[in-house]
Amino acid sequence: MEQGLTHSVAAPRLSAAARRRQLREKAVAGFITLMAFTGIAALVLIIVFVAKEALTLFTDADARHEASLSKMFLPQEGRYPFRWQPVSDTPKVSMIPLFVGTLKITLVSMLVAVPMGIFSALFVAEFAPRRLRELLKPVIELLAGIPSVVLGFFALMVLSPMVKSLFHLDRPLNGTLAGLALALAIVPVIFTVSEDALTAVPRSYREASLALGATLWETAWKVVLPAAAPGILAACVLGFGRAIGETMIVLMASGNADLVSWNLGDSARSLSATIAAEMGEVVVGSPHYSLLFFIGVELFIFTFVLNMVASTWTKKVLQRLTGSAS
Amino acid sequence: MKYTTRRAVGLGLTGLTALAAFFIVGMLALILLDVARNGARHLSWAFLTQPPSDGMMAGGIFPAIFGTAALTLLMTLAVMPVGVLTAVYLHEYAPPESRFARWVRVAVVNLAGVPSIVFGLFGLGFFILFVGGNLDRLLGYEEMHWAQPSILWASLTLAVLTLPVVIVSTEEALRAVPLEQRTASLALGATQSQTLARVVLPGALPGILTGAVLAISRGAGEVAPILFTGAAYFLPDLPTQLNSQFMHLGYHTYVMATQSPNVTEASGPLYATVLVLLALTFALNLVAVIIRTRTRRKAASAH
Repeated sequence: MEQGLTHSVAAPRLSAAARRRQLREKAVAGFITLMAFTGIAALVLIIVFVAKEALTLFTDADARHEASLSKMFLPQEGRYPFRWQPVSDTPKVSMIPLFVGTLKITLVSMLVAVPMGIFSALFVAEFAPRRLRELLKPVIELLAGIPSVVLGFFALMVLSPMVKSLFHLDRPLNGTLAGLALALAIVPVIFTVSEDALTAVPRSYREASLALGATLWETAWKVVLPAAAPGILAACVLGFGRAIGETMIVLMASGNADLVSWNLGDSARSLSATIAAEMGEVVVGSPHYSLLFFIGVELFIFTFVLNMVASTWTKKVLQRLTGSAS
Repeated sequence: MKYTTRRAVGLGLTGLTALAAFFIVGMLALILLDVARNGARHLSWAFLTQPPSDGMMAGGIFPAIFGTAALTLLMTLAVMPVGVLTAVYLHEYAPPESRFARWVRVAVVNLAGVPSIVFGLFGLGFFILFVGGNLDRLLGYEEMHWAQPSILWASLTLAVLTLPVVIVSTEEALRAVPLEQRTASLALGATQSQTLARVVLPGALPGILTGAVLAISRGAGEVAPILFTGAAYFLPDLPTQLNSQFMHLGYHTYVMATQSPNVTEASGPLYATVLVLLALTFALNLVAVIIRTRTRRKAASAH
């Protein structure tokens, strides 16, 4: 029956103008699709061209001798088994101090930013009166609009003396200072994503909990927060990724010494800051140059994995909540 | 536990969350006030319009303001068409359940998470060495002409960095345009591209402009991607050609703050520079946030 219907309608004969219009529509659609390809192309080009410059480390015999994988990651002989001194008579290229420095600074910032971000998201999403919420949300998000170089500058000029006297540290620039300044940069990320996850929890959850006699706090803490948990975890993972890659704050506030020390008062050197500090003076094509690109590849992979994890979790929370709500 | 004690504990913990929220607001206020107070002292018309002199201690920062403005202008010209059209594809043209559209979304999300310093490496490896190097060879330049750090390559690097910002904002703006307007236009016989150009895009214009403002604010403040793609600490001349280097407010701040022999002496012009940079990026952000909050409220009440 249906087939008969479609058969009985003959294809309309198109005028030349209409055919031209159809052609133009197709061209526009094709052009727009082509433009959409840019995002994918950019991501692919980034990894290809950063990796391409790093590849010399493995193909060039000279570079392989100076910066082999074992020299990068295993302890070396001598008084200091792990050193990052790529510009010296005998270059030392251990990446362990950079990993330790990055992790140390990132952990400090996460320890501060995660509770701050989640708590303020809870307040804004669950407890604040409507008008206050509409004011607080954009204001906290504005913190993300401050350039990181300004945060680094603020750490240098204002926070540094404060942190030094507060924690009785020897050095004005250290891991704690960098971590605290970094926390300022990632709090808005954690806040925004957590707040979105909390707001996505259906109202019926809250109403059911309150009707059973739970207090507002118990509802928020034991019902809404667990329901939004994957989204909040995603927020933390995103914040972690941002913290690992953040450059200017760490470069300006950490002191940049290649120490393998978990002491928070010591100065620290991060992966990103190392690229920023050394790329300016490096000889193009030298092992040191490839080494910096290699660090870039590492950073790209870390953040890529963290991003994928975070977006999977965010999707999961949305699916679960909208699925069970309907 | 009695209900009253549970309530009291709850109220105390609620207070703690309020404290966290207001602490963040307090830090923001502290940063802004500190920069505004110390920066305003050194700010003058001459500071804004004169080149630096006497080893950056005297004179102004006009070349840095000019360089930042030129850089972000070029970046906006590059990123807006691509970003807006990508969002148009995702929201208007992509067939539902399209695998390509899903890949584009994944790429955009990941692009937003790539550290800014990696964008700097990308700019150096791709734009300067690969594109610039090949351009020089093709056009027959004997010495380096395009294969060197320049304002063009720096702005293109920033354009790639801000692409996700534009795409996300534009898509949000397209979503706010009611479906009825599209169907009405199509029902009147307009083609899809006519509907797009005369109905959908004008309707989404405020949101698209918000995206542009956010991208400019982000691009103007980023320093890591331009460290080795074009920024210079001191240049006597303004950048007049696409392949010249440029001074930049953020880079200026970084070098002055970390490499001045005497930071306390330099703190006057330094604070004033930061104030100008913040005024640029932060004011733009404020505008974007206000527009966005308003459109969101309007969209929420429309549904």
